[in-house]
Amino acid sequence: MGLQTQVTPIGEEAAAFHDNWLLLLCAAISALVLVLLVIALFRFRRGANPVPSRNSHNTTIEVIWTLVPVLILVAIAIPSIRLLRHQYSPPPADLTVKVTGHQWYWSYDYPANGVTFDSYMLKEKNDPTRQPNQRFRTDVDGPPLLAVDQRVVIPQGKVVKFIVTADDVIHSFAVPAFWIKQDANPGQLHEAWVKVDRPGVYFGQCSELCGARHAFMPIAVEVVPPAEFAQWVASKGGHMAGATPAAQPSAAAPANASPAPGTPSVANRANQ
Amino acid sequence: MSTTADALHLQPHEAHGAEHHEDHKPSFFVRWFMSTNHKDIGTLYLIFAIFAGVIGGAISGIMRWELMEPGIQVLNRAWPIGAGTANFDEWTHHWNVLITAHALIMIFFTIMPAMMGGFGNWFVPLMIGAPDMAFPRMNNISFWLLVPSFILLLGSTMVSGGTGLGAGTGWTLYAPLSTSGSAGPSVDMVIFSMHLAGASSILGAINFITTIFNMRAPGMTLHKMPLFVWSVLVTAFLLLLALPVLAGAITMLLTDRNFGTAFFDASGGGNVVLYQHLFWFFGHPEVYIMVLPGFGMISQVVSTFSRKPVFGYLGMAYAMVAIGVIGFVVWAHHMFTTGMSVDEKMYFTAATMIIAVPTGVKIFSWIATMWGGSITFETPMLFAIGFIFLFTVGGVTGVVLANGGVDTYMQDTYYVVAHFHYVLSLGAIFSLFAGFYYWFPKMSGKMYNELLGKIHFFLMFIGVNIIFFPMHFLGLDGMPRRIPDYTPAFAHWNYIATVGYMITVVGVAVFFVNLFWSLAAGRQAAGNPWGEGATTLEWTLPSPPPFHQFSTLPRID
Repeated sequence: MGLQTQVTPIGEEAAAFHDNWLLLLCAAISALVLVLLVIALFRFRRGANPVPSRNSHNTTIEVIWTLVPVLILVAIAIPSIRLLRHQYSPPPADLTVKVTGHQWYWSYDYPANGVTFDSYMLKEKNDPTRQPNQRFRTDVDGPPLLAVDQRVVIPQGKVVKFIVTADDVIHSFAVPAFWIKQDANPGQLHEAWVKVDRPGVYFGQCSELCGARHAFMPIAVEVVPPAEFAQWVASKGGHMAGATPAAQPSAAAPANASPAPGTPSVANRANQ
Repeated sequence: MSTTADALHLQPHEAHGAEHHEDHKPSFFVRWFMSTNHKDIGTLYLIFAIFAGVIGGAISGIMRWELMEPGIQVLNRAWPIGAGTANFDEWTHHWNVLITAHALIMIFFTIMPAMMGGFGNWFVPLMIGAPDMAFPRMNNISFWLLVPSFILLLGSTMVSGGTGLGAGTGWTLYAPLSTSGSAGPSVDMVIFSMHLAGASSILGAINFITTIFNMRAPGMTLHKMPLFVWSVLVTAFLLLLALPVLAGAITMLLTDRNFGTAFFDASGGGNVVLYQHLFWFFGHPEVYIMVLPGFGMISQVVSTFSRKPVFGYLGMAYAMVAIGVIGFVVWAHHMFTTGMSVDEKMYFTAATMIIAVPTGVKIFSWIATMWGGSITFETPMLFAIGFIFLFTVGGVTGVVLANGGVDTYMQDTYYVVAHFHYVLSLGAIFSLFAGFYYWFPKMSGKMYNELLGKIHFFLMFIGVNIIFFPMHFLGLDGMPRRIPDYTPAFAHWNYIATVGYMITVVGVAVFFVNLFWSLAAGRQAAGNPWGEGATTLEWTLPSPPPFHQFSTLPRID
């Protein structure tokens, strides 16, 4: 019923702004209007007040109900603009991941590590559209329609920059728990950044209508400690930045490789 | 104008003769198919809007049915989708066709024709004391352009749109999904449909502006005009300025699709986001086009049933002007996630929030109009009260969404769906029902059934809240829009929303029972059935008004 638990500094700031200020303000203003309405309807019903007043002006009150909202909006605008400034002031990136949206899957590139792979939704075991040789979803992979065959793995506590684009129509790369959503526009590069301190698996979905299987191209990000990240990179045939390349990056990553070491935690999926 | 001159000429001789002349109606075909009478054209628009609204509402029923539980359980059926043998991609393409058609039908063929075409045509001339609209024949073609437009839109679902039949681009027609992403003639038909609907609205807007500026009765200064007329005037300017931009944008889509241009194709030097800027430059004023006439109607209804003049009349009129003006400079808040610069985001955040000020003035002025009044609770007043509260709820979530940094999370989730249905489905539609019940006695000469009207209101009020309030929760949980299937975590609130739809459908059924019963057997309505509070000029005429009214112009002091 509420915002997903946030695991990035921006997400925490934004969620606090929403929960502790905007949401309360919404409730307060709606309640104020409701109370005024109920009082007016009750006190000035025909039975209680048969002779209406002819009063139709009151400059003081009109000025008040113009200026007070202005002040409230200023009080919203200040933290809001600050949040934007923080979103757009990323620290230097430790890792860059290029994200490309396709109809209907995502592909990920780690240019400094020589890792490239595509990420597809895992179909259910009984899904008639699943090919016999396709891996089906199990509960370890994640919930239905969110689990993918190969997760994006990023190191815990590091600043990760996602460079987002698309190669056919517009998609949108979104992970609610990170408070990021960046449209993937063909012919353009845009960036979103995260710094996740809590290991786990975080899910998102394409968030711009992209055709028939728009609902079926989820995003799964696995955050692991840096050592495990290095293992994962090696398992993908890549190398850590700065280290000697072990092998040339091979586009054909093992098809049935387990997406990551460690047991994925599904604690942070939607609808907590 | 010869009509007016003749009537004036007859006036001294015999009042009865003039009345007879005023009520002379042409034959059926000439009256309804070659109409130049603003009231008949208004009636045609209302019938059209109700017809289209039933189709649009039925489509939302199919969508709620599909979303009632996880999995695909309706899109794969032969009935009502007609796609039993299609493959999975075609099923989900049909979902996109449904969301596209629902939005386009509700916006262009239900709300706009009902507000401007229906009530605007009926009541602007009556309220300013004019015999008819300034350009009666243009008025006729405004209506008749909508019919082929609607046929094109419905026909687009029967031809290929790429993956399957119909245009599955969303009502925003974003390139490149609507260009290289949708082969086949379907999207072209939708584009032509929008061209015709836009031309219809532009002609209508010119007609309203000319009528209001030139045909007010003696003494009816701009600052004495009823607020509904003010709202139509502001809306007409929005239409006149916004729709040509839409026409340009979709014409570029058309040439990108068919003639090798690359306005929105990066590989040819174009820019996909440019389309979105053009679209929303139209699209944001469009949302005010849909709700401003509703503001006007709510003002008339609240004043009538509170038996008080509208509080802060000038503030109310200029609040609408302000909303119209600011509405043109906030468009990119629909595009916060497209990757715009931080300065753009800061500007559009601040500009968007400013709209809350004139909107707040309106909400408080409506309550102040009631304050000190002598309020009765006929059905139009119930819908107006419902409107005020629910529009407030939709308004405050709008302030949340206005924050570019917060919108990162909310954009394209059900939170946005909840927000715009609160201001449209519960705002615009409630104001339409308020206006319909308010003016039904005037238009038909029959009283509606008050009990059925109240049952309709309460069922609908409860139903739409059960549909749309849980969508806030779904959005906060992270459920994206425009998906036919979802992970089981979202099942609970989706199920409840579908239950709300069922309640709403019963409410709408009560409305139709009331409508047909009242037309057939309703009590004869007096010229002014609402009493002392109804002070605008339409209530000085009999119900229904004569075929031609105000042969002698009324004088306002």
